[in-house]
Amino acid sequence: MKAACWMGPDTVEVQDVPDPSILNDRDAIVRVTSTAICGSDLHLLQGYVPTMQKGDVLGHEFMGEVVEVGPGVDSDTLRAGDRVVVPFPIACGSCLACQSELYSCCENTNPNAGIAEKVFGHPVAGIYGYSHLTGGFAGGQAEYARVPFADVNPVKVDSGLTDEQVLFLSDILPTGYMGAEMCDIRDGDVVAVWGAGAVGQFAMDSARVLGADTVIAIDKETYRLDMAAEQGYITVNLEEEDVRSALLELTGGRGPDKCIDAVGLEATHGAPHIRLYDKVKQTVRAESDRPHALRQAILSCRSGGVVSVIGAYGGLIDKFPAGAWMNRSLTLRAGQCHVQRYLGPLLGRIEQGELDPTRVITHTLPLTDAPRAYDLFKNKEDNCEKVVLTP
Amino acid sequence: MQTDSDTRTHRRPAGPARALRKDRTSLTSLKRDPLVRGLGVASAVLGVPQVTRPGEFARGVGVEDEPRNRLATTAVGVRDLVAAAGLLGRPHPAWLWCRVGGDVMDLTMLARALRTQDGGRTRRTALATAATAAITATDVYAAVTRTRGITTLELTSSTTVAKPPGEVYGLWRQLDRLPTFMAHLDEVRVTGPRTSHWKATAPFGTTVEWDAETTEDVSGERIAWRSREGADIDNSGEVRFVRAPGGRGTEIHVTLRYGLPAGPLGKVVARYFGEEPSQQLDDDLRRFKQVIETGEVVRSEGAPTGKRARGEFPQRPARPLTEDELREALS
Repeated sequence: MKAACWMGPDTVEVQDVPDPSILNDRDAIVRVTSTAICGSDLHLLQGYVPTMQKGDVLGHEFMGEVVEVGPGVDSDTLRAGDRVVVPFPIACGSCLACQSELYSCCENTNPNAGIAEKVFGHPVAGIYGYSHLTGGFAGGQAEYARVPFADVNPVKVDSGLTDEQVLFLSDILPTGYMGAEMCDIRDGDVVAVWGAGAVGQFAMDSARVLGADTVIAIDKETYRLDMAAEQGYITVNLEEEDVRSALLELTGGRGPDKCIDAVGLEATHGAPHIRLYDKVKQTVRAESDRPHALRQAILSCRSGGVVSVIGAYGGLIDKFPAGAWMNRSLTLRAGQCHVQRYLGPLLGRIEQGELDPTRVITHTLPLTDAPRAYDLFKNKEDNCEKVVLTP
Repeated sequence: MQTDSDTRTHRRPAGPARALRKDRTSLTSLKRDPLVRGLGVASAVLGVPQVTRPGEFARGVGVEDEPRNRLATTAVGVRDLVAAAGLLGRPHPAWLWCRVGGDVMDLTMLARALRTQDGGRTRRTALATAATAAITATDVYAAVTRTRGITTLELTSSTTVAKPPGEVYGLWRQLDRLPTFMAHLDEVRVTGPRTSHWKATAPFGTTVEWDAETTEDVSGERIAWRSREGADIDNSGEVRFVRAPGGRGTEIHVTLRYGLPAGPLGKVVARYFGEEPSQQLDDDLRRFKQVIETGEVVRSEGAPTGKRARGEFPQRPARPLTEDELREALS
């Protein structure tokens, strides 16, 4: 079968690889009908996430049709022919983390837990196509994919909804939603979202659905800010104005009640000298992540507010404003999305038209064009917001 | 094999913990060891004149009384006194190995003296060389015999599983199932009500076997065992099952003790070849958790071999396996 493979920093190739096979009794094999490139795939692409290996199949956002199930999967739960969306964190459903609905922290699904533990203190769940730190699972930017614990992970979807409507249940829609949910939004809240990529857009939509009074989008790409403006969100271009001053102006000096970091480890900063400082430190590995968005969110947030982090961080950061965080009673919340927790409720919101995930798709390309798709997305060419690949 | 009783009363941290414990009993016994004490005294007796009368000592072994030789003699004397203080004060095999190193140094210097000198002095130097060779032999013997079994490698690790203690105990009690998730075990055969035969892979591709007897077996709480006489590697261990607070399942606390065949050196060498024992125990427990909570050991394309993966890096790429690889991985 064809699959998009990571062949080294900034190099993706579509290669012929063997078809996947059942490795564990509770596996299923899915014929992929739609898959997408995630912003976090770009962190892998550029080599910021350690333990990538040449030849790894990429992709953790995918859906398709079940073609085979292992002997451990009950046919009442899942059978060949079912149409499913696959959540990106692989959960076992049985451990204490899964029982507490902390699926992305599953204690059993990462065969490389010993390594993850050294980086993160405790291991995290396995993730498809997302380095060997998260298990070394083959990804879903391919014609077929193996889905472990198929009896607890995928969500079955009626044929009444298109792939475009439900594909993003695999990651970015629940991720954006969890970012807003962690804000514990109250009446009158102003919610500021750093990053107007697809996850940021969904965090904004979710904040509105959850009752935010005002939603502010912060980015430097005009086309992404325009996309937010179309939805009625206020926009701040970080290259044109000072973000903190703009936010104070927009909130009568209070600062946003809730701040969402939907940027993560490759943030850019408006001021060139600070951008250079972090770039240098990251290059010489004195810090692994560039936390501009996080710093700015913490400094901007009103006292007693919540800073919710859904942008991906991989390692260590420098100059974390602990003084602001502590002295101003901020709450810092974060997490890789516990996707399985949100599948049912969000499917309902899509069916009822409360959320329209299709609005972020700007490009649909065949899987064989994956290298070009990565380039478009990485370089933000042609106003690229989200790429869907079809095998 | 010497084993300390576990007298720690503090609660261990939740994460894996490990220790290379010095066996105090053995170290104390070195203090009363006549050979070790004898070498300590000999070191002192030889060291004192070398430091106080270096010139005369040099002449005594047939070496010219030159400033350079006097300085060397003093240095050797100081070295011997330090070794003496160590052997008599805080005996440890390391001091014996220091002595062996010193002996080699002395023999080298004496050999050089033998080559360059002539006449009557040669006889004295030859005598000194013979004496040093005898001392060297004694030192080597003492170092080798006193190093063996001096350290007990004690490994501890713990994990929590979302199952009641009775069920967790029940799975562990099926000794013949242990090899399905413990990386180094090839086979465990139950040979009697309290006895079993174990076969394991040791570093460098060797196999070790031993008979074990269960020394304690409290249903749902605790299992302890030790190897019987004639084991390839003396070992003992225990596993405790403790109900975790607030319905969090069962805490499993494992302690393993091994008598290391080549002392601490063996551990360093094994680690160099990627056989990190405490990491292996942690991984074994993780796989036990996978088995009891999910039914099997979890495999990925990067680590498709289950328990044999052993956290090897670099792994195979995360892409589907060829038919040959699949057969190999699932075998």
